[in-house]
Amino acid sequence: MDYSANLAMTLPEIVLSLGAIALMLVSAWGGSASTKAVSWTAVAVLAGAGISLIGPASYGGLAFGGLYRADAFAAFCKVLIYIATAVSIVLAPSFFKRTNGDDLRPEYPVLLLLSAAGMGMMVSAGDMLTLYVGLELQSLAAYVLASFMRRDTRSAEAGLKYFVLGALASGILLYGISLVYGFSGTTMFSGIAQAYAGPRSLGLLFGLVFVFAGIAFKISAVPFHMWTPDVYEGAPTPVTAFFASAPKVAALGLAMRVAVEAMGPATDQWRQIVIFAALASIILGAVAAIGQTNVKRLLAYSSINNVGYALVGLAAGTQEGVSSVLMYLVIYIAMTLGSFLVVLQMRGEDGQPIETIASLSGLSRTRPALAAALAIFMFSLAGIPPLFGFYGKFAVFNAAIGAGLFPLAVVGYVASVIGAYYYLRVVKTMYFDDPAPAFAPMDNRLEGGLIAVAAVFVSPLGYLAIPLIGSWTTVAARALF
Amino acid sequence: MSDFPLLSLMIAVPAIAALTCLFVNAQTARAMALSATLVDLVLGVILWASYDIGGAQWQFVEAHPGVFGPFGWDLGIDGFALMLIMLSVFLMPICIGASWRSITTRVPEYMAAFLFTEVLMIGTFAAQDLFLFYVFFEAGLIPMYLIIGIWGGANRIYASYKFFLYTLLGSVLMFVAMLYMAKTAGTTSIPALMAYDFPASVQTWLWLAFFASFAVKMPMWPVHTWLPDAHVQAPTAGSVILAGVLLKLGGYGFLRFLLPMFPVASGDLTWLIFALSAIAVIYTSLVALVQSDMKKLIAYSSVAHMAIVTIGLFAFNRQGIEGAMIMMLSHGLVSGALFLCVGVIYDQLHTREISRYGGLSINMPKYAVFFLFFTMASIGLPGTSGFVAEFLSLMGTYQVSTWTALLCTTSIILGAGYMLFLYRRVAFGEIKSDDVRGMVDLSAREFWLLAPIAAVVLWMGVYPESFLAPMRKDVGVLLARIDAAKPISDSRPTAGHVAPIAAHAEAH
Repeated sequence: MDYSANLAMTLPEIVLSLGAIALMLVSAWGGSASTKAVSWTAVAVLAGAGISLIGPASYGGLAFGGLYRADAFAAFCKVLIYIATAVSIVLAPSFFKRTNGDDLRPEYPVLLLLSAAGMGMMVSAGDMLTLYVGLELQSLAAYVLASFMRRDTRSAEAGLKYFVLGALASGILLYGISLVYGFSGTTMFSGIAQAYAGPRSLGLLFGLVFVFAGIAFKISAVPFHMWTPDVYEGAPTPVTAFFASAPKVAALGLAMRVAVEAMGPATDQWRQIVIFAALASIILGAVAAIGQTNVKRLLAYSSINNVGYALVGLAAGTQEGVSSVLMYLVIYIAMTLGSFLVVLQMRGEDGQPIETIASLSGLSRTRPALAAALAIFMFSLAGIPPLFGFYGKFAVFNAAIGAGLFPLAVVGYVASVIGAYYYLRVVKTMYFDDPAPAFAPMDNRLEGGLIAVAAVFVSPLGYLAIPLIGSWTTVAARALF
Repeated sequence: MSDFPLLSLMIAVPAIAALTCLFVNAQTARAMALSATLVDLVLGVILWASYDIGGAQWQFVEAHPGVFGPFGWDLGIDGFALMLIMLSVFLMPICIGASWRSITTRVPEYMAAFLFTEVLMIGTFAAQDLFLFYVFFEAGLIPMYLIIGIWGGANRIYASYKFFLYTLLGSVLMFVAMLYMAKTAGTTSIPALMAYDFPASVQTWLWLAFFASFAVKMPMWPVHTWLPDAHVQAPTAGSVILAGVLLKLGGYGFLRFLLPMFPVASGDLTWLIFALSAIAVIYTSLVALVQSDMKKLIAYSSVAHMAIVTIGLFAFNRQGIEGAMIMMLSHGLVSGALFLCVGVIYDQLHTREISRYGGLSINMPKYAVFFLFFTMASIGLPGTSGFVAEFLSLMGTYQVSTWTALLCTTSIILGAGYMLFLYRRVAFGEIKSDDVRGMVDLSAREFWLLAPIAAVVLWMGVYPESFLAPMRKDVGVLLARIDAAKPISDSRPTAGHVAPIAAHAEAH
């Protein structure tokens, strides 16, 4: 295969990387004054990367001798990643302006672009090393983003914590990769799959366990979730919104690719790990969230809980399962970004952000539309029909039942009642309690519009999109099998 | 007429009105809610009038499979669904009327919540797709949660949580069972599943999963404890709709899912239903007897009456099932009316304590007449709907289990006990305090809320044929489906002298 064909397949990453480098130069010379221009250019770069997916990048197959895969699965994940990243860029400036008193620095969109390039590599990896490089590119950008508010101790703490634990997880993952390489003799997914199809040595199994442990950290599945609440709470809210959306898609996409393409023959082995992580995440995410008083911590536990549900679909290990996880992610992204957009509106008269759940008290009377939107997101996260979040659960549990995993389905779905409790608590605070001091009025039409779009998508109207999204997820999932 | 999407229209009218309500002021919202529910009532009457009795089993069918991917917008009704939809659309304008004065805060949201409830109730009864049913069934929790939590009494938050989480916990197992059924049978169509034979061993598990959901909804002893709390805390109209229609979802579920889809398991587990129902009748009736709160008393009586529904349904014969259906309709009207009666005096004195009242028949004669009438209907006095319901259900049950019939018949005696005791304490005796003396009789609005219900209760009591006729063929279809699984009877009634009496009773 000639070089130009390889480059055509990796066009999205090339666009993102070149765009990021160019914008980095602009921001170095332009300084803070260039933030707005850099932000919107970054969004345009993301859009350009998205458009470039139309070409060979979504069907080309193997590039660079199998190191990189351009298929429908990768393209689907990338679309989600780019959308989530673009939203994270758009909602940042007003937050930083209000909180710091000074403007956002232009490094923010640049770091997000680099992270997006890394995430694109993660979901397109055809080799353990591509996987690792992509993961590190994404993570290093994320560590910096977590501590983006340099003068804020919580933000600095979040960045440090994320970095130390993230480095540990990378170490675990690398150790797993080296074991797999040592016992299979290759880092290519196709070769690893052959090794797992044959007689499986203990070393291969250990490698599998370590690789999954490393991935579990990245998707913040229990028992590797401990960093999540602290990082989510400490990081600036736009960054938290980003952490809860795009990297989850990338890490789950990567998990699916590794599980199916590299370790598909060992499905029965990794299924035990995934089932444990799924149930533990669902239950712990739900139980631990009950006592939270900070809305960002609550959403952190909510994201742990939701990853558990996504893993239910992965545990099925079937094409239907992968397709259901992708469907779950689409809906999850909308719910999460919507929730964080509402959190961004929570600020006192002085413009400073408020993060306590108690401050939402009586929101339905002071800001009815905002309260209605958050109520929709909460009921949807709880998976109560007729909101769209229900369909995500429907899809993953349908896949689990299809694979015969009845105990998993029963326990997982019953545990959703525990989760419903804390989502209901937010609704209760907004609708049943007496009004607290009103938040400062919304000063950003764009954010209001994004909340409305997310709320409409999550409302019952979203069901009409199922056939369309469903056909895409099916095509995407087929690419892995 | 058959091509016109009447059911969709009945769902769309309140849905559109609900959304509009959120953007208008209080008085407009009230008027809009009332007119939307009245339009739905008219549509309901058209529905009943154009329903072809004895015609196709499923009528007004609207099939749009695959609109929502794995499931579709499939609607259609049989006689059972028709009657329950009628009950919903009949009670809805009355609920709006009952809230006209008593709800003063956040009126637009209140009206929207009620209209959404109507949408979901009609949808639940009309859904012909398994998952569409589940969506409507579960979604009903959200507006009811808000109604109890926002406009409820002092302990409303506890009651709203308990209502929501109890019913949600019941339903989650049903959902997993539904996924399994759809996978195994390869269809999500309810009519197709009603004819699908699941293996007997699986049936028991599926039955238990569905039972968990519908038993909570019904509610059956011992999972009934959410009901008294929800009723006591809910505003009057919320109690009416809860007792009138939402509880019927449980009975409808038994009728639509448990019996026809899992006949073998239903036959095997009849003992469980009978045992729980007999306990419910005696236990909750006795509990009702000692209540000091009017709404709580009526709530416990609801549990007892719903137990009569379950034994009737599981009698596996025509009298039992028809009696159970009439009991559902009758109870929906009567307990709804009783909650309205409580609401009338609660609006004036703001207490539900029975001991605070007394002698209301002296200064509120019209009210006392209505209250007495509905008390008698609840007891099951001949001439009212309650009699037809209890008589048919118990007669059906006697043919299967004499013991159950014996135990459950105490419902009539105990029911008379607690209801008459309630009536005596509230309406008879001397007026004890000045504020009770100052209470005024029914206003025209309240009169016209209660009068239509009274008329229908009488109609159902005197000429139940109007209500039985649309369901007759469906009962036959159901019996043909479940007959093979019929449990062995311990009463063994023989044909001969008994038969004409049974036929006679059925005609009434």
